[in-house]
Amino acid sequence: MSLKSPLGRVLGLGSAGTGTEHWIGQRISAVAMVPLTLWFAVSLVTLPALDFYSVTAWVSAPLHAVLLILLVVALVYHSSLGTQVVAEDYLHAHGLRVVVLTVLRLLHVGLAVAGIFAVFLIATRAPL
Amino acid sequence: MSQVSRPLSPHLQVYRWQISNTLSILHRLTGVALALGGLALVAWLLALASGQAAFAGANGLLGSLFGQLALVGWTFCFFYHLCNGLRHLAWDAGRGFDKAVARKSGVVVVAAAVLLTVVFWAVALTRVVA
Repeated sequence: MSLKSPLGRVLGLGSAGTGTEHWIGQRISAVAMVPLTLWFAVSLVTLPALDFYSVTAWVSAPLHAVLLILLVVALVYHSSLGTQVVAEDYLHAHGLRVVVLTVLRLLHVGLAVAGIFAVFLIATRAPL
Repeated sequence: MSQVSRPLSPHLQVYRWQISNTLSILHRLTGVALALGGLALVAWLLALASGQAAFAGANGLLGSLFGQLALVGWTFCFFYHLCNGLRHLAWDAGRGFDKAVARKSGVVVVAAAVLLTVVFWAVALTRVVA
C-alpha cells in the first residue's frame, strides 16, 4: 500500500497543463471574428469598386485599418490553434509531428507580421 | 497477439454514418480550407501594399476560373464554419445538447450556410453588373 495521498498519486500524470489556454484562445478569437468577418464580407460587396484606388482608399481609413489588423490577428491566431490540433490528431511519427508543428507555428507568425505590415503600408502610403 | 483485429477506439466500424459526425468532419475540413483562405487574404493585402501592378496581378489570379472557384468555395466554407462555430459556442455554454435539437441545429446550419453563400454572391454579382 502506498502512503501517498490521493492528490500526490495523480499530480503530474495529466496533460501538459496548457490545454485550457488553447481552448479559451480558440473561443475568444472565434467570438472576435464573428463581427470582424461579417464586417469584412459586407464591406467587400458594398465597396464602390475593387480596383487599386478604391480598395486603397477604403483600407486607409483609420477605423478600417484597425479593424483589418484585428481581423488578421484573430484569423491567424485561430488558424494557428486549429491547424495545430489537426496536425496533433493525425501525425503520429514523432519527428514529422515536431517538424510540421514547428513549421505551422512559424508560418502563422510570419502571416501575422506580413498581414499587419501590409495594412500599415497601405494605410500610410502617400496620398494618391 | 490473437486479438489485434478487435475494434479500437474510436470504434469507427460500429458507428452508423450520421449528420452529427458528417458536420463535425465538415467543420474541420472547412477550417483547414479557411486557413488557406487566410493565407490568400494576407497575400492579397501584400499585393495591394506592393503597388498597382502586383494588385492587378492578384486580382487577375482571383478572377480566373480557378480563382473564382476558390472564392466561391471559401465563401461557403466561411459561412458554414461561422454558423457551425456558433453552434459549437452554444454547446460550450451547455445549450442544445439534446439529440433531437443537435440534429435540427445541424440541418439549420447547413441550410443557413448555403443560403448565405447564395445571398453573398447574388449581392456581389448584382453590384458588378450595376
